[in-house]
Amino acid sequence: MPNVIMPQLGETVTEGTVGKWLKKVGEQVAKYEPLLDVETDKVASEIPSPYAGTVTKILAEEGATVPVGAPICEIEETGKKAEGPAQAVPGPAQAPAGPVAPAQQQSRGDGVQGDDGARYSPAVRKLAREHRIDLRGVTGTGRGGRVTAQDVATASKTPSASPPRLAAPSAPLSPAPPTPTAVPPQQAHAVPVAPPSGEDSIVKLTPIRKTIADRMAQSRFTIPFAWSLVEVDVTELAKWRDKEKAGFKAREGVSLTFVPIVVSAVAAALRQVPLVNSAWAGDHIIQRRRVNVGIAIDTDDGLIVPVVRDADRLSLSGLATTLAELIDKARRRKLTMEELSDGTITVNNTGAIGSVISVPIINPPQAAIFAMEATVKRPWVVNDAIAIRSIMNVSLCFDHRVFDGGTASKFLQSVKRRLEGPPPAL
Amino acid sequence: MATKTVLEAVRDALHDEMKRDERVFILGEDVGPRGNVFRITAGFLDEFGRDRVIDTPLAEASIAGVAVGAAMMGMRPVAEIQFADFIYPAYNQIVGEAAKIRYRSAGGNTCPLVIRTPYGGGVRGALSHSVSVEALFYHVPGLKICAPSTPADTQGLLTAAIRDDDPVLFLEHKKTYRLIKGEVPDGDHIVPLGKADVAREGRDLSVITYGLMRHFAVEAAEQIAREGIDAEVVDLRTIQPMDRDAILRSVSKTRRALVVHEDNKFGGVGAEIAALIAEDAFLDLDAPIRRLCGPDVPAMGYAKEYEDAFMPSPEKIAAAMRELAAF
Amino acid sequence: MKSEAKIRAALPAGLTPEALRGMYYYMVLTRLCDDRAFALNRQGKIPFAATCQGHEAAQVGAAFAVQRGTDWIFPYYRDTALAIASGVTAREQLMCLFARKADIFSSGRQFPNHYSVPDRNIASISSIIAAHVTHGVGAALTFKMRKQPAVALISFGEGSTSEGEWHEALNFAGIHRLPCVFFCENNEFAISVPQKLQMAVKNVADRAAGYGFAGVICDGTDPLATYAAVHDAMEKARRGEGPTLVEAKCYRAMSHTSDDNQLTYRTQDEIDALKLRDPIPKFEAWLKERGLIDDSALKEFKAKAQAEVDEATDWAEAQPPPTEADLQTHLYANSPTA
Repeated sequence: MPNVIMPQLGETVTEGTVGKWLKKVGEQVAKYEPLLDVETDKVASEIPSPYAGTVTKILAEEGATVPVGAPICEIEETGKKAEGPAQAVPGPAQAPAGPVAPAQQQSRGDGVQGDDGARYSPAVRKLAREHRIDLRGVTGTGRGGRVTAQDVATASKTPSASPPRLAAPSAPLSPAPPTPTAVPPQQAHAVPVAPPSGEDSIVKLTPIRKTIADRMAQSRFTIPFAWSLVEVDVTELAKWRDKEKAGFKAREGVSLTFVPIVVSAVAAALRQVPLVNSAWAGDHIIQRRRVNVGIAIDTDDGLIVPVVRDADRLSLSGLATTLAELIDKARRRKLTMEELSDGTITVNNTGAIGSVISVPIINPPQAAIFAMEATVKRPWVVNDAIAIRSIMNVSLCFDHRVFDGGTASKFLQSVKRRLEGPPPAL
Repeated sequence: MATKTVLEAVRDALHDEMKRDERVFILGEDVGPRGNVFRITAGFLDEFGRDRVIDTPLAEASIAGVAVGAAMMGMRPVAEIQFADFIYPAYNQIVGEAAKIRYRSAGGNTCPLVIRTPYGGGVRGALSHSVSVEALFYHVPGLKICAPSTPADTQGLLTAAIRDDDPVLFLEHKKTYRLIKGEVPDGDHIVPLGKADVAREGRDLSVITYGLMRHFAVEAAEQIAREGIDAEVVDLRTIQPMDRDAILRSVSKTRRALVVHEDNKFGGVGAEIAALIAEDAFLDLDAPIRRLCGPDVPAMGYAKEYEDAFMPSPEKIAAAMRELAAF
Repeated sequence: MKSEAKIRAALPAGLTPEALRGMYYYMVLTRLCDDRAFALNRQGKIPFAATCQGHEAAQVGAAFAVQRGTDWIFPYYRDTALAIASGVTAREQLMCLFARKADIFSSGRQFPNHYSVPDRNIASISSIIAAHVTHGVGAALTFKMRKQPAVALISFGEGSTSEGEWHEALNFAGIHRLPCVFFCENNEFAISVPQKLQMAVKNVADRAAGYGFAGVICDGTDPLATYAAVHDAMEKARRGEGPTLVEAKCYRAMSHTSDDNQLTYRTQDEIDALKLRDPIPKFEAWLKERGLIDDSALKEFKAKAQAEVDEATDWAEAQPPPTEADLQTHLYANSPTA
């Protein structure tokens, strides 16, 4: 049963009011014969019937206002020649909606290494992806230190000079999870520098040096650090090591230095004072469950910090072996990204270069860095008498936002106790 | 090859086409005995007669409208609007009629006319003899727009425009009329509409431009080349249809884009070029797209200080290039 | 009752009784198309319709003064009778109302009655009032340049004569004594604005003097009077004697278009009075009086016209509309055409 609908009388009209029905239910009507009066705010007209037949139902009463296209009555058509399209078009056809481009979600993970939130131009990202360059290792020569496409292009052509590819270490410090704080550029505390004279020489910055400079500056500028030192009497430990080192070397193939011993003590102490194994995250502290100890290593290129994962679960020989491997790889520039990531604390063996006291720079986002100094024979008071003892200073430089001196002290004492106590298990 | 000015190139294109095709005729103010206010059509009345060189009343709408009617009947009128600043009364006929005729009649009627007009500043023309009008027209589908800047391009494009079956607005930068000289090939020299020209090849950045600014950009590029910056200059030559491929090819190569045009910046042709580059060359960009354009004031004032402040110059362009290169 | 020979002799040059019956048929056919357009609009089947009721005699009279195949017509959107009497069929007229793809005027792109029929010498027009008048002048310029014996008939309402371009067109045509006829169908209203608010002169024809040529007034409800005036003007132009402005006084029976309601500016009495000037019954009576048509022929004509309009309606409604795929055709010379 076809419907008769409210027509659109006027281009912008959206509804019509039924005036008078000129045909009643049951009445016959011819095609085009006036069927009803309709009023809009633009025009008032008679509406001719679209069909010949009998009115069977009135769907909109006189006085009712209905939207354009709403059915207003039903007519049973007298069966005869077919009409054109059965229903009247309710109004001017809607213009086809133009094709809408789906909103492009530019994913951050577009396969670019070094996506640490720093801003790289589309060209730079594309080139880095194509040439598998880690952008963190690329020095920017653009305005404000920006990495330009040319910088990446240059980097892709010079494998030795620097910007390390995926297989090589790119940063001296463990790569951090994306931090919202951008590396503060050199401006903040810049002191005017007298320009070089004829006798001076210019040392150009390698990418690693540049990165170290940026990261050290960032660490010092943003972390309120405090530092605490304890002296450790390692006389017995040293004797023990002297006794064991040959056998150890023969069995394990690697040397038994103080480093794995100290790392073991540090790892155990972190289990005891877990707050030291943390990260400052702005409005909360993340206390890491795993103990991944980074070891700062000096190479020809600069400082590098490979990580011994789960150091607290490794035996002394395991530690020694792992450390030896990492150091070797570091020297040969063969460390992988994974070996440089996820450190939760850093151990700095400044003793290896003869230091007895040093204040290392924290490796963000870690909360602390531990320094082990050189073992030196000193006159010491033991049982109220002077003796010659082997003394190693160990210190902790820590982020005072995360914990206080008390915690630092607890930690250091724990390390000291282990180093001064019974020798470790082999 | 002959060396001629842009003005002579306009004249030669008109003359040769009128000789070649008797459907071509000229109408406009002062085109008869006066030979056009720049003397472009000097001698044409004697050579081609009053029927084909028509001095019209001072009535731009009908200059365009009568041309439309004649074009609908199969003629090839070349109507002149004496200065682009006077084109506004003809806007109705150009945009409302000429541009739409083919589309609205589904090909039943066509409108193969050319409307030529001198535009642009740098001639102390003040507010009503210096405007650029391309932005008012390039938005209109169905209309083609040329803006050449060298004698060879002018002659080749005007010839092509007259032979084109669509309505063409042909913009001649009046400062180039006598300032720019160049070689034009002999014989039937055509430059196709819709093809840009690389005026200078380079590697470090792309300047997309047209009109008088093409010459300034090339000059600026030579300046900064001595500083080690190698700029590419792309002269669009035709604004609609725009040679998108040439623009994208250049920017993909250099990764840095500077659009230079004399017309006001806001809503100018440069806005469309920037959008096109951002849409289709995003991944190749190493710097934001920059535009160096006329300031957003109604036109350049009469005082030299106003004119100099308005017009881009080789120095201003060079500075913008340097800044872009350093990003 | 005069004899047919005498009647023939009394007719304006170029008209025959057959032609007169033809005129009548076109007027009736146009009126039925017009009614049908409004019926379809009020059924909601087409969004827009423009009327030419009251203008039929003027337009058909003018159409018959045009040399088909030689002269060109530049009409306006109210010229349904002019178009139909110049060869546009009922099917073509209805198809433009339904905006079908096969619509010959614009393939569904323009409003109804925006004629464009190049093979019947009817030029493409837009909705911009008076924009086509300079086009007609440009065509006339072309005829003169090519030394063709063609004339451009340019028609418009009295409202058009206020547009600046209208004046520029007449000025140009007068200066160059171009072969065109400016045909004004003055129905006294431009939508709702009455003539006295449209111009200070009493007649549109009075304006011609300002452009150096003659203005002529005729009764636009009389097809023969209009024919005579337009024919004289066309032949004068053809002889190279320049343009004429012919003003046919008629009336507009209905509102401006389907979007207008003339009761907001005219009284019902006024409108009812117009019915007395309806050119169709007037011409019918004139023909009957002279024995040029009888009742059975009239009945036959009306039935034939009705059948033609009905068939055209159903046919046109059944044609396919354009689709999005047709959007870009015919934009430039090298655009797709299908």
